[in-house]
Amino acid sequence: MSTAIEFNHVGKQYRLGLVSTRTLSHDLHRWWQMNILKKEDPYLRIGETNDRTKAGTSEYVWALKDIDFKVEQGDVIGIIGRNGAGKSTLLKLLSKVTGPTVGSIRARGRIGALLEVGTGFHPEMTGRENIYMNGAIMGMSKAEISKKLDEIIDFSGCERYIDTPVKRYSSGMTVRLGFAVAAHLDPEILVVDEVLAVGDAEFQKKAIGKMQDVSKGEGRTVLFVSHNMASIQNLCKTGILLETGQIKKTGLVGDVVNAYISNNLQEIGDVSHLTEFRRIGVTTKEIEFLELTRNIPFKSDSNKDIVFTAKVKRNVITVKTFQFTTLIDNVALGGTRVGMAYSQEITWPEGKNIAEFEIRIPEHHLARGKYILDVWVGQGDITSSYKYFDSVYDSLTFEIDTINGTPISEWHSYWGEGIWASKVQSL
Amino acid sequence: MAEEKWDSIIEPKDKLLSVDFKELWRYRDLCSLFVKRNIITQYKQTILGPVWFVVQPALTVIMYMIVFGGIAGIPTDGVPRPLFYLAGTCMWNYFSECLTKTSNTFVDNAGIFGKVYFPRLVMPIANVISNLLRFGIQFGFFVLIYVIYFFVDPTCHAHLNWYALLFPVLIAMMAGLALGFGTIISSMTTKYRDLQVLFSFIVQLWMYATPIVYPLSQTKSMFWLGIPVHKLMCLNPVTPIIETFKYGFLGAGDFVGWRWLIYSFVFMIVLLTLGIVIFNKVQKSFMDTV
Repeated sequence: MSTAIEFNHVGKQYRLGLVSTRTLSHDLHRWWQMNILKKEDPYLRIGETNDRTKAGTSEYVWALKDIDFKVEQGDVIGIIGRNGAGKSTLLKLLSKVTGPTVGSIRARGRIGALLEVGTGFHPEMTGRENIYMNGAIMGMSKAEISKKLDEIIDFSGCERYIDTPVKRYSSGMTVRLGFAVAAHLDPEILVVDEVLAVGDAEFQKKAIGKMQDVSKGEGRTVLFVSHNMASIQNLCKTGILLETGQIKKTGLVGDVVNAYISNNLQEIGDVSHLTEFRRIGVTTKEIEFLELTRNIPFKSDSNKDIVFTAKVKRNVITVKTFQFTTLIDNVALGGTRVGMAYSQEITWPEGKNIAEFEIRIPEHHLARGKYILDVWVGQGDITSSYKYFDSVYDSLTFEIDTINGTPISEWHSYWGEGIWASKVQSL
Repeated sequence: MAEEKWDSIIEPKDKLLSVDFKELWRYRDLCSLFVKRNIITQYKQTILGPVWFVVQPALTVIMYMIVFGGIAGIPTDGVPRPLFYLAGTCMWNYFSECLTKTSNTFVDNAGIFGKVYFPRLVMPIANVISNLLRFGIQFGFFVLIYVIYFFVDPTCHAHLNWYALLFPVLIAMMAGLALGFGTIISSMTTKYRDLQVLFSFIVQLWMYATPIVYPLSQTKSMFWLGIPVHKLMCLNPVTPIIETFKYGFLGAGDFVGWRWLIYSFVFMIVLLTLGIVIFNKVQKSFMDTV
């Protein structure tokens, strides 16, 4: 068996912040150093690992750093990691959407990337025309598409609408058509990014089935990125765990998934001291979180209320009212947000600058699993003009379990975000 | 297995001249599909469809006849005004349309480019080709008016001559110039958008620096710092092309001379090469800066 893909110490650096005159001065400085003084790039040495929860000092950040691995031909590799760990960047490099900053990637065989279904669909063109368009964008020739046209139409289940402009399609149909084209792309190396999390249940089954055929039957090399641990374990033999742009673990997919889950649950304390948490994008000038306490046991009965206490400090006396927002991320789904709860407007208790509030989410309907809590405090309309005072991510963890063994509900990331009511009482 | 053959090697920096023409050729189907898409989507759900391509130059010519012919009284080398203006407008429209579209390649297509790789050069090439159709229709309109003039007024001073056979070369040169200049602009605007603002203005000014609404012969007796102005005008690579076109079809003015035409051609080749090289360099990482 030969090597299909080889990553040699690949790194990708991004510059944070806005493109501005600072960018121009950096560009000029870089050009001066490299082309006139013949030195190395002055900005390549600096830069930090990419931890989005901590404020950094450098404007440059390594989205990927020192990525080095080989993929044998016919391997199906799952790439997992939290949001922002560098998974998508990795796929983007491999699919040549953007170039690496350092290192090299070598591959044998045609690379087909499925970073999005239906790329290049034009709403004014018919389904048939769009199949050709989409196929060609992904590197198929006209003749190849013509040969597979009937199969593609059949797989999409949109036969009746095939000569209707795509703008008349439902969103589900558009996705089906896009996936149908993608599924019939026959590259030696297939790069897939979570496109399975679309469509209705029936179509998903079909899509996953097709993925399995592709990866098992035909000896193709597949790189698969997903937040869904179940489908990763189902489809892949080996896994790569990425954390802040670096490879944390490689090996059998089961081990990697376990490492990932336990990695995300390191903090099991009942109280989370938030003063040392670094914030991003908020000033904490008006109000800041001091402490978050879980008032329920780590492992909780599914039908019990989720309750915790937030200790909050007011820094500006003129702030009279505020709102809490509570967000819950599923650990097994890789930190996918499964719900948000907005509180009603709360009046700050008179004559105090530090206060405690109890936040209660009744009837949470969370499925069995492990969760991480994020909290925001702010003011205004959450859907349009919310002003953040403070936001803390990954502060507390808890697990929902059931006593009788049957979970009361199931929640998948592709169902969107749930919204519950939360009650806040002042202590 | 030390040095086996790899199909693709992705590295941070390319050699300067590593435009992969083979790859571009492999994507020719995509190019033809983009051409088809550009044409189809331009007049879907319109009643008049491609007729709109004719309305616009017709109105422009009428406006020129009033402003430059009527009010300013600029002569047109004895050629009927509608024909003179129409010839210039058709050619200029093709050039400016190609140029504007090409210069927006990265900014307009950031969505597609961010999701999937194909040689980015396919996009501007498809633009230039699909604009040919639009030009074809406008040129047909020009020929129609021409024929009508011949029947209505056989004594009008429009003389078709052998230079008209240069027509395909002239169009190719226009396309080359637009592509070359456009790719340079598009590469430069990915990071700094300043140029984009300036650019639309430049195209407008450029038209007046090109003999579209006036004949080049009008500048014959003018001098600037002792240099004849019509020679300065010919430094603009579009001028010899437009002048040759007008001379060939209408017999307007004098032929600019092969020297200027060759100058224009060399200019085009250099610009196009430079444009493609820069474009190729930028396409790798533009997603991070656009």
